[in-house]
Amino acid sequence: MDADRSQMLQDRVRAARADDTPLAIRGGNSKHFLGRTVDGVALDTREHRGIVSYEPSELVLTARAGTPLAEVEAALTKRGQMLPSEPPHFGAATFGGMVAAGLSGPRRPWSGSVRDFVLGCRLIDGQARHLRLGGEVMKNVAGYDVSRLLTGSYGTLGLITEISMKVLPVPLHRRTLRIVIDAAEALRRLADWASQPLPISGACHDGNALMLRLEGGHGSVDASSSRLGGEIVDDAFWTQLRELQLPFFAGDAPLWRIALPMTRQLPALPGEVLIDWAGAQLWLRSEDSAAAIRNAVTELGGHAECWRGATAADTPFHPLPPALLALHRRIKQQFDPQGLFNPGRLYAEL
Amino acid sequence: MNILYDEALDGPLPPVDKPRLLTALRALLPGVSILHTAEDLRPYECDGLSAYRTLPLAVVLPETVEQVQALLRHCHELRVPVVARGAGTGLSGGALPLEKGILLSLARFRRILDIDPKACVARVQPGVRNLAISEAAAPFGLYYAPDPSSQIACSIGGNVAENAGGVHCLKYGLTVHNVLRVDIVTMDGERLTLGSDALDSPGLDLLALFVGSEGLLGIVVEVTVKLLPKPEVAKVLMASFDDVKKAGAAVGEILAAGIVPGGLEMMDNLSIRAAEDFIHAGYPVDAAAILLCELDGVESDVAADCERVREVLLAAGATELSLARDEDERKRFWAGRKNAFPAVGRISPDYYCMDGTIPKRALPFVLEQIGALSQQYGLRVANVFHAGDGNMHPLILFDANTPGELERAEDLGGKILELCVEVGGSITGEHGVGREKINQMCAQFGSDELQLFHAIKRAFDPDGLLNPGKNIPTLARCAEFGRLHVHHGALPHPELERF
Repeated sequence: MDADRSQMLQDRVRAARADDTPLAIRGGNSKHFLGRTVDGVALDTREHRGIVSYEPSELVLTARAGTPLAEVEAALTKRGQMLPSEPPHFGAATFGGMVAAGLSGPRRPWSGSVRDFVLGCRLIDGQARHLRLGGEVMKNVAGYDVSRLLTGSYGTLGLITEISMKVLPVPLHRRTLRIVIDAAEALRRLADWASQPLPISGACHDGNALMLRLEGGHGSVDASSSRLGGEIVDDAFWTQLRELQLPFFAGDAPLWRIALPMTRQLPALPGEVLIDWAGAQLWLRSEDSAAAIRNAVTELGGHAECWRGATAADTPFHPLPPALLALHRRIKQQFDPQGLFNPGRLYAEL
Repeated sequence: MNILYDEALDGPLPPVDKPRLLTALRALLPGVSILHTAEDLRPYECDGLSAYRTLPLAVVLPETVEQVQALLRHCHELRVPVVARGAGTGLSGGALPLEKGILLSLARFRRILDIDPKACVARVQPGVRNLAISEAAAPFGLYYAPDPSSQIACSIGGNVAENAGGVHCLKYGLTVHNVLRVDIVTMDGERLTLGSDALDSPGLDLLALFVGSEGLLGIVVEVTVKLLPKPEVAKVLMASFDDVKKAGAAVGEILAAGIVPGGLEMMDNLSIRAAEDFIHAGYPVDAAAILLCELDGVESDVAADCERVREVLLAAGATELSLARDEDERKRFWAGRKNAFPAVGRISPDYYCMDGTIPKRALPFVLEQIGALSQQYGLRVANVFHAGDGNMHPLILFDANTPGELERAEDLGGKILELCVEVGGSITGEHGVGREKINQMCAQFGSDELQLFHAIKRAFDPDGLLNPGKNIPTLARCAEFGRLHVHHGALPHPELERF
């Protein structure tokens, strides 16, 4: 069960360094389908697990990377708290994998992302040094904010061994509304609501109806719910959305995740669309070419990731402009000069 | 202790031929203000950390991004260091000039480029004042959340460089949580976009790395911030305590009860008396401590939360509770807290403002230790805190005209920061490291971490020309100051760089 295996992990990195053998880091392997394939020796973090500290009155939880995300969330639930960014589990996700991928769920536009809640972490870098970065306090501007840089880096900068996160109380009250309107009308209403202090914490158009989640005190949820209309439905919708388990996601059609500015303009692309994040995140099922999809999305100021299908097997993540890619390579070089950690997972050049 | 740039410890700086550089800059940047006489340079010799002053080689005030690019490209070629300056309100000396460097002022980048009320974003130039963004967004019912106490004057570019906070961070976050995108120019003159207009962007999160990097990685030339709808109502509860420890414990109780206040501030008796004497906020001058708890949001929720907070505070031993009756009284309650620094300035010829963060559970211990240190050094300390996020601002009272007092105040300040590290906190919550806390960084981090920071700097600025000497100490400096930090049982700084 709970064990500090950081010494073992550090030894593994030392050995990889000595043999010049790249490592393919994995936790629960729940997000293996994301990104490029890594050619390396598997390094499993799951033995290095356990909650290191959790004090509800500090709103901070620290856990080892291999701790199952479900275990972290169960400990929080017991004390009426949560990870506000609603990270997906996709099966058996670990706490470390949550940070390495940096994926956030339906609450993200209102609560902030996984990276927003990361306070500090421990990292084994390319020289096999076990570093302590950031901290366990909410305000901390000493040194560069490396912990947040690591969030969403897909393990390409080093092996994350421990993370401290800010957590928040679970809202007192929650209600899900289903309003039957088309996507265009839903986006119009969402634009009007954006500048109003409404307790919205989820807004998704699933092709048939606008699904809204309200969270807050009883007073605000009741008042907003009668104002916004629609029928009250089960909150389970949001878990299914977070886990990509809605009928929309079924099948093998190529699946794209598209991030857009909050302008609520949609790219004109063939295929089926599910709108999340009040229009800032789209899910697209489309056979269109990667280039066509990316052109349309870039024009609107967004970017597109391929989550399923072979259309963009070599560049699942949106390509970077040359100057930015060069900077990425220089950063990778500093963290991991031998290219030991998840080489190529994000981009072929990293 | 002198914290001005010391080439023996901070690294050698290339010699500069000033007349030749000025001639070249004038040719390169026609029409751009370039200040170089001692008289013209004087206003730029320090920022908010006014105890330390250096005249820069020259001050350049470009007006376009292209001019910034040309300036940096040229300084890069000639190996001339560049220090960026926004409004100069920073408290840690982040914009302290270098004798052998150019001071790049972004003061002329003052335009709000776009406010999009539907997308709830504002695109602004770096010299725009923090408060000006909220003022421009107000007609749409929106505002920009981070509110450092200097918000009337400080610039958004400086806020990005320092990851500025304020009194509402616990609920609304720091600058890093409220910025979508920054456009920067790197030392070689390249313009890059970090972040995007969407909620995330491809690749590494360089935006998060950049925010708070204190002008060492690039120059901010444009910022896109998020705007939030103004809360419908805000109410403030003031609770008095006869014991500072009880007040500290009450903070944790409120959070554990599931309430996230918009602001949760604490003041000790010395600060209460100073503030009351100055502002007449209606503070209880006999209380050992007060807590100000602001609850904001939708009216009915706020009313319910007020009731719950009131119960928690009473259970935690509050001796008196008052809810601001109206907006006037709410503002007055806050005015006392927001003017705590100048109020303390009235009761002491000088004061030195610290900025450490601690886990909230350590508050009673830290307060006790600060009390002991205060006695030991013979200097009074007034304590004000952003209690909700454990960010303390002890104010050390001293008289610079008494020989040795400034040094004693600085030593005491250093001890307080090391105390913060000892209990698992940080030497800076929101003011930054700059030059002020460069030595305490050696207590906060081991040499491995410092080496990684230097490596990150090299990825952006291999020649170390942007704001050298700030934020990250050299290992030579850490060794010199003997604040040896034993890391993982090993002696730190084994491979010293010596100049």
